[in-house]
Amino acid sequence: MLTLSMNGEAVVLTRSINLSTLLEQQAYQMKKIAVAINGEFVPRSRYNDTMINDGDQVDVIQAVGGG
Amino acid sequence: MKQNDSMTAPDSDLLSLYGETFSSRFLLGTALYHSPQIMCDSIKAASAEIITVGLRRQSPKNKSGEYFWQLIRDTGCRLLPNTAGCKSVKEAVTTAEMSRELFETDWLKLEVIGDDYNLQPDPFLLVEAAEQLIKKGFKVLPYCTDDLMFCQKLLDVGCEVLMPWGAPIGTGIGLMNPYNLKTLRERLPNTPLIIDAGIGAPSQACEAMELGLDAVLLNTAVAKSPQPEVMALAFAQAITAGRFAYRAGLIEKRQTALPSTPVVGQPFWHN
Repeated sequence: MLTLSMNGEAVVLTRSINLSTLLEQQAYQMKKIAVAINGEFVPRSRYNDTMINDGDQVDVIQAVGGG
Repeated sequence: MKQNDSMTAPDSDLLSLYGETFSSRFLLGTALYHSPQIMCDSIKAASAEIITVGLRRQSPKNKSGEYFWQLIRDTGCRLLPNTAGCKSVKEAVTTAEMSRELFETDWLKLEVIGDDYNLQPDPFLLVEAAEQLIKKGFKVLPYCTDDLMFCQKLLDVGCEVLMPWGAPIGTGIGLMNPYNLKTLRERLPNTPLIIDAGIGAPSQACEAMELGLDAVLLNTAVAKSPQPEVMALAFAQAITAGRFAYRAGLIEKRQTALPSTPVVGQPFWHN
């Protein structure tokens, strides 16, 4: 069991998975988001080889209006 | 009307930013509108060619991000993502990298806020963040204050455009310090200067352009107007008027009156 924070909410995983699988499980559309883990940007090209660790803070952002 | 024709010709007075040229000098934000349609109508009324956008956490259940993304792509405008809310160099750099991937642009409105009360930029952190991002290939348009030396430091690290505030974000106060803005224009004659933040009325935008600033970026004054599309058009015309006035040249102010009608030949006066 490992627990991570995803956009500030706790997510519990039964096994270690990569970022790509995590985003699919959470129903995100890959091309409409960008991701940082523990404050570090993770390029889309690295989703498959980035493993989620216990205690990770994952930020998934989308486009919004801005000034 | 030869002179007038040359001033109105669309290709005669282009705004040049990082090697790209624009006929519009009105940059518009995409936040705070009552509806997506009103936002799109306002962008069109403004004749804006550059629009600012943001990034925020969102749940996958919320599809508004995808809808918004499609809408802004359909405007055909150049996108200028911001780093709004960032308070550290690390936050700003990470946000910039995320925005580059998401929006597929290396253009960036760089904000590093130093004070929560007036959302004033932190000059030291902003310069540091700008330097790092320029080394990473970003085209940085920094949201800064109107301090000459602060602006010079931003140019020293590679910024090619500056965006000094008129007043704190969202206040609508207008130009707090025209003297400083005029100084920036005089001392940095070849740097594109975009007034960013604090503009509440078209007259204030016109004043900025009369001072010689190259463009105006605003959001709240249009989005929160009861009629945003009409206000967008009002700003567009005021910005054009101010630009024409700057190019034409304003008269020097005087402390005493000077008659415009010839005094010589005045009847019924002093014989």
